[in-house]
Amino acid sequence: MTRSRLLAILLPLAFGVFVLGGWEFLVRAAGIPVYVLPGPLTIAAKLVEDWASLAESLLVTLRITGLALAAAVIGGGGLAILFAQSKWIEASLFPYAVILQVTPIVAIAPLILIYVRDTEMALLICAWLVAFFPILSNTTLGLNSVDHNFVDLMQLYRAKRWQILWYLRLPGAMPYFLGGLRIAGGLSLIGAVVAEFTAGTAAGGSGLAYRILESSYRLDIPRMYAALVLLSATGILIFGVFAALSWLVLHRWHESATRREQ
Amino acid sequence: MLEQSPPLVSLRGVEKRFSNGTVALRGLDLDLRRGGFVSLLGPSGCGKSTALRLIAGLGAPSAGRVDWGSAQPPLSFVFQEPTLMPWRSVAGNVRLPLQMQGMSKANAMPLVMKALAGVGLAGFEKHYPRQLSGGMKMRVSIARALVTRPALLLMDEPFAALDEITRSRLNDDILALWAAQGLTVAFVTHSVFESVFLSDRILVMAARPGRVVADIAIDAPYPRDDSFRNSDAYAHYCRIVSAALKEAMAAHDTI
Repeated sequence: MTRSRLLAILLPLAFGVFVLGGWEFLVRAAGIPVYVLPGPLTIAAKLVEDWASLAESLLVTLRITGLALAAAVIGGGGLAILFAQSKWIEASLFPYAVILQVTPIVAIAPLILIYVRDTEMALLICAWLVAFFPILSNTTLGLNSVDHNFVDLMQLYRAKRWQILWYLRLPGAMPYFLGGLRIAGGLSLIGAVVAEFTAGTAAGGSGLAYRILESSYRLDIPRMYAALVLLSATGILIFGVFAALSWLVLHRWHESATRREQ
Repeated sequence: MLEQSPPLVSLRGVEKRFSNGTVALRGLDLDLRRGGFVSLLGPSGCGKSTALRLIAGLGAPSAGRVDWGSAQPPLSFVFQEPTLMPWRSVAGNVRLPLQMQGMSKANAMPLVMKALAGVGLAGFEKHYPRQLSGGMKMRVSIARALVTRPALLLMDEPFAALDEITRSRLNDDILALWAAQGLTVAFVTHSVFESVFLSDRILVMAARPGRVVADIAIDAPYPRDDSFRNSDAYAHYCRIVSAALKEAMAAHDTI
């Protein structure tokens, strides 16, 4: 058990070191100029060198992503609870949620940037738009997936509407909600980045996507990579946090988070 | 016996028609005597579960009435599946009905512990349903039904999904609980053997439309145990009830 676990950590690490080493070796051996393809060491050096400005940008992107995700949880979760109260509300509103979802965010972003003066607010709206749908649709599915026997049981207890929601529907929907949250976490980062790209330099942005754009104008390829590394790391961090949260909430009872011994 | 006292609940001319046109019950007359153990026995589709659900108040009859005399006593329902919330511990599941009544945790926990001890699950209160066997889950479900001290316990094929050994042990236990708590039990089953072992009265039902076609008293003394299971009286009653069931199934053309 511990041996296979150790291997599960060591093997991907070894592979990563191998690839990075090969990359570095190729770049040096073939004499590829830095403005075409920098080696990993150059990128790492750039990351350290520009850390002050990159970290500042990272914070901006993280802030937008975090706020958008929070708004998506409140908006998507709240709307799902509203949908669960009446199928007529759901029938009236759900198609529009779908329309918002299927229209590519890149296409809506310029409009939002025109109408919303405050750039940060515009970025927030873009990121929220892509993040809220998975939460809404997953939570709605979860709230509606309650075993009818439980509903009978609650009826026998003469449970009030809020009690059925609080003690039955919400806990039952938790695995679905957390699944939606994991998707939404990644999407809110993507939404923030896409919106920043669309806003471009003109909007005076300062997030990581803006750094990438800015560096590309200056042909500062190592800095582009450095910003990209930070974006990847952010994505991984978000995924890790929600995977951990999921495990924390579900490991005691849900099949997805329990280990089976064969 | 308690023949003289008024029945706990009377169903009179009860009909249940579903929106798809199926007539599950028609002209159902049924009395549950206080302190009795009645089984509703019949082929699938005879409306025995529907009758139980109408008594529980899960759905209203299309015609006829469910008569409680003065007031409806507290009742509990045990489903065919244990119907335990997987996110709640064993104690949390048993506490649920008390919680819905607004009882505080401090007041509820002693009752929960007592109910769990009553079904032989003391020490399992912190476990989660997924850690339990099918029989243990059903015990938790029974503890949850009994924790509110109901006067009437409605059981809808509770042991149908369990293996034979677990089933007969739970049969013994439910009889002990029935005797100890002065319950009235209405028990839906499709097993002749189970119904004879448990009941003081068996109502045999026929399908299409669902109705009671035979009312058989099982006049064997309680407590009943393995010696009853192996007795001639038991075999005798099983033959009578089997014959009645066969007749009930012949009463309509489908098998």
